[in-house]
Amino acid sequence: MPLKRRQIAWRAAQDLVDGAYVNLGIGLPTLVADVLPADREIVLHSENGVLGVGPAPGDNEVDWDLVNAGKQPVTLLTGGSYVHHTDSFLMIRGGHLDLALLGAFEVSQKGDLANWTTDDPNFPPGVGGAMDLAVGAKEIRVLVEHTTRAGAPRIRRQCGYPLTAAGVVRRIYTDLAVIDVTSAGLVVRELVDDIDFRTLQAKTEAPLHAAPDLRPLRAPAL
Amino acid sequence: MIDKRVRSLADAVAGIPDGATILCAGFGGAGLPDALCEAVIEQGARDLTIVANNAGTGRTGLAALLATGRVKRIICSFPRSSGSVVFEELYAAGRIELELVPQGIISERMRCAAAGLGGFYSPVSVGTRLAEGKEHREIDGRMYVLEKPLKGDVALLAADRGDRWGNLSYRKSARNFNPTMAMAASLSIAQVRHFVELGEIDPETVITPGIFVDRLVEVPA
Repeated sequence: MPLKRRQIAWRAAQDLVDGAYVNLGIGLPTLVADVLPADREIVLHSENGVLGVGPAPGDNEVDWDLVNAGKQPVTLLTGGSYVHHTDSFLMIRGGHLDLALLGAFEVSQKGDLANWTTDDPNFPPGVGGAMDLAVGAKEIRVLVEHTTRAGAPRIRRQCGYPLTAAGVVRRIYTDLAVIDVTSAGLVVRELVDDIDFRTLQAKTEAPLHAAPDLRPLRAPAL
Repeated sequence: MIDKRVRSLADAVAGIPDGATILCAGFGGAGLPDALCEAVIEQGARDLTIVANNAGTGRTGLAALLATGRVKRIICSFPRSSGSVVFEELYAAGRIELELVPQGIISERMRCAAAGLGGFYSPVSVGTRLAEGKEHREIDGRMYVLEKPLKGDVALLAADRGDRWGNLSYRKSARNFNPTMAMAASLSIAQVRHFVELGEIDPETVITPGIFVDRLVEVPA
């Protein structure tokens, strides 16, 4: 069974280490905030100047002065702090974040990331903080559905859409697999049950290599 | 005696010239000076360039100003969001020019102008379309592009509290672009939720010191 969006987020969250400073991009990565491992202290950074983002507020606790990168209301953890935009992006570009989890339109076999424009003339482009994050965080991982709704692969030999940054993505979490970008190409670490490797390859434009210890990708029902 | 408080929104935005570059603070609706944006409509300046992270939502505030057709150009990182109907209509009709700049680069370019610096070399956008035409330079083995300062004629700000000297404090993530924009414009105008007496804002928590603020007007939440 392919993972649901919340399960992809859960799987990415399992790899976060205690004490990590992590930025979550808008869309799929934002869901990670709701499925963090309870046994670890993970400090979430939001580009709009929030360090220590907490879970979504209850209906009576919504404060529109406190939002995340997707402009959704959030809370602040005890120990959290606020900074202004220039300092927030100093944290991003200056290598102070351990990890950024980002969404993508496409990722290439070399770790190129495309997530800011599809060149559709009807949709104005929007780069937001993506380019700052892509070159500034110590590590970039991507959460993405393996194919488009039309079934086209999002993991490609080369990105067809304009790049956000070249060669920055180290790990890709999809609804079907966990894939590492290595100097020897794309290595599949985990694969969902009831899909075989050949089927995964057929849904992926770039060549894949199975890890010697390829494991099943499973997540709780959530 | 210093008193930067003004009585009305009209007084706050008086004198903004045609062709002005206006820095408009806010991230989505948080920290957005919506009342000042609407006051600029009444004030009447045209051929404006707006610098803002987003391009407004709904039909109020910044979106209402765009809807007048008096903004020729917007410098923005993320113009499209749910509800950005006015911008999308103008963009599709070719009635507004968009300069897309990565979010942290907009902010740092304004900081640069505020600090009297001539620009900075940034690794952001190297190898992408947004770096085309920019001076490239390798420094200690890494490639950078030259980014130039971005100065405003006017900054429109939204703060929580302000005193007659122009000292400002903010609430939570509504701080966002406000402190940097306050420093980066010739004329900085703040709408504040509460006027307070001098000294009521603990000096340790003044985020924008009054030297950066020219006018403030009270707009209760």
